[in-house]
Amino acid sequence: MATEIISWISVALILFTATTILVSRDWRISLGALAIQYLAAFWLVTQHLPFAMGSVKLITGWMVIAIIGMTRLSLTNFEQNDQDAFYPRGASFRIILMSIAAFVALGATPRIETSIPGLGLPVIAGGLLLIGAGVAHLGVTSDLMRVVLGLLTVLSGFEIIYAAVESAILVTGLLAAVNLGLGVLGSYLLMAGSVPFSSPEEDELL
Amino acid sequence: MSAPILWIALPFIAGVLILFLLGEKYSAYIGGAIAVVLAMIALFIPIDTALLLGGLSIKIAPAIEFFGRSFELSTADGPLLAVIYGLTALWFFGTEASGTAHRFVSLGLMIIALLTASIAVEPFLYAALLLEMAAMLVVPLLVPLYQRPGRGVVRFIIYQTLAMPFILFSGWMLAGVEASPGDISTTLQSGVMVTMGFAFLFAVFPLYNWIPQLMEETMPYATGFLLWALPTFTTIFALGFLDRYTWLHNTPQIANAILFAGVIMTATSGIFGALQRHLGRILGYAAIAETGLLLVALGLRSSEIVNIIFLTLIPRGLVLGVWALALSIIKRKAYLLKFSDAQGLARKYPFAAGAIVIAHLSVAGFPLLAGFPSRLALWQELSIQSLTASFWVFLGLLGLLVAAVRTMAAFVMAGEDTKWEMNESWVQMGMLGIGVLGIFLMGLFPQILQPFLSSLPVLFEHLAQ
Repeated sequence: MATEIISWISVALILFTATTILVSRDWRISLGALAIQYLAAFWLVTQHLPFAMGSVKLITGWMVIAIIGMTRLSLTNFEQNDQDAFYPRGASFRIILMSIAAFVALGATPRIETSIPGLGLPVIAGGLLLIGAGVAHLGVTSDLMRVVLGLLTVLSGFEIIYAAVESAILVTGLLAAVNLGLGVLGSYLLMAGSVPFSSPEEDELL
Repeated sequence: MSAPILWIALPFIAGVLILFLLGEKYSAYIGGAIAVVLAMIALFIPIDTALLLGGLSIKIAPAIEFFGRSFELSTADGPLLAVIYGLTALWFFGTEASGTAHRFVSLGLMIIALLTASIAVEPFLYAALLLEMAAMLVVPLLVPLYQRPGRGVVRFIIYQTLAMPFILFSGWMLAGVEASPGDISTTLQSGVMVTMGFAFLFAVFPLYNWIPQLMEETMPYATGFLLWALPTFTTIFALGFLDRYTWLHNTPQIANAILFAGVIMTATSGIFGALQRHLGRILGYAAIAETGLLLVALGLRSSEIVNIIFLTLIPRGLVLGVWALALSIIKRKAYLLKFSDAQGLARKYPFAAGAIVIAHLSVAGFPLLAGFPSRLALWQELSIQSLTASFWVFLGLLGLLVAAVRTMAAFVMAGEDTKWEMNESWVQMGMLGIGVLGIFLMGLFPQILQPFLSSLPVLFEHLAQ
């Protein structure tokens, strides 16, 4: 019973953090929310995977946040490009978008539980919420950091549900590598353009 | 020594070492040489067969265990590995002539190693994860540190990442379908999942918008490599999928969906390609059209699927390589690659301009060129199945032909007093010459591919029946 309650609290936490990431314009708040989101996802993952394998996902997620955070911190005059290219773009629109994703997820949860028994309602709800939030996020931004956050959100939702059906160590390892890769790629792309061009001849002179 | 160590771990480690230890100067030759050696081993030393060399007995073991799962390359994989590493070697030798960003060879080796792992991994569904990792490694090739990433790169990452969950889920659902074949709703759901996953991976219409964008934003040679490597391995993955779940291919609705996705891709990309004024975007649309043709072949209800697909795949590597290399050379003079910048370049870069036109005509299926035999085989099978589909594919290829004529017109549009020059280096002329010769040879004597084509259907025995 207590486990069930904590699982539903995790789902609520996921809803809150996903909305925060979608609405917030401050990258520090977004990354903080993502860190909490990984904690909630970790709890849901451990409903089906052993603690050690679940903690791999948590540690990987936090490592990704550290990578992106440190990169973003080092970019002093970073421009938030393309952020305002979409209409409508206000916070209220994003909250409505997140609400739609949440309603769809909550509506689909019992149906999925019926067709795949044993997953658990909170696990399905949490996973679908994250997938929905991630897709919504990808749909309203072309800002690099936000795209990476959206992809990480989708992947983390997918991992919650997939952990219930596949427990192979290789898959866990490869998924961790994919998450880390996305983090590194995100930070590489954030850095790209900030380094001045130097030809091989110049490098040799140096 | 086991096959996965030889063709996966070794090139991956070599890639890492080249990245950190070698300069740009030697990486093309060393990386190319490694790829050639691996191709030769795959061609001449059979996997899982003991060979006695003097007093020395050599045997390449087929499998290796890794975290409870196995990576396996069987004897039948030999010709496929030879083709893959042979074409990779051509791409690597071309880096020297193209003057592309360094890291190409090192990252390329790592990418090919990961893609080879996607063929070898068991259960084969995990290939989706390896394809995603390879796609992520491509990005540093496309975007150098001094260049801001464009929208094409971002879309590429998004689509490749979204493909992975769909494929993994579908694999799990398909296992359920096999357990209870009468369950229509699970069958439908798994069918949708597979379709979505492969739609992202193959960049099916309208999800291919990132390809022309990428061709505009990045170096043509790196993008050309991406457009060769990823669809090639995705096709092999899809063949494995259809071979494993034969009922998918035997279901008329699914086979038709694959076929018409390919037809729409070929037709739209051909028509859009004909309307372009950017040389890079035209290459992008041509690559999309070729992927469309691969999908058409996948959707055919014929026992010749595997033959047609490999007859398309092998020349594709060469043609795209020649085209991308020639574009890289042209880009030095006409950086934006627009028709207005490339006007009259046939008199200044005759080898590069000629190579672009020949490669383009080959993709359009022009007779006597490398693309022609596969198009002919495809027409033959497709016309039996659907004349409407044949018409639309014809329209797509006609669009590519129009684009080729327009490109040629732009290249030769020089003033009367413009002198003929040869601004390509000897290395560039040599590489382009070898490539163009290969395109003609494959077109005139397609039987040179027969040793590979005869043994590849064994890999997908259910489809080849």
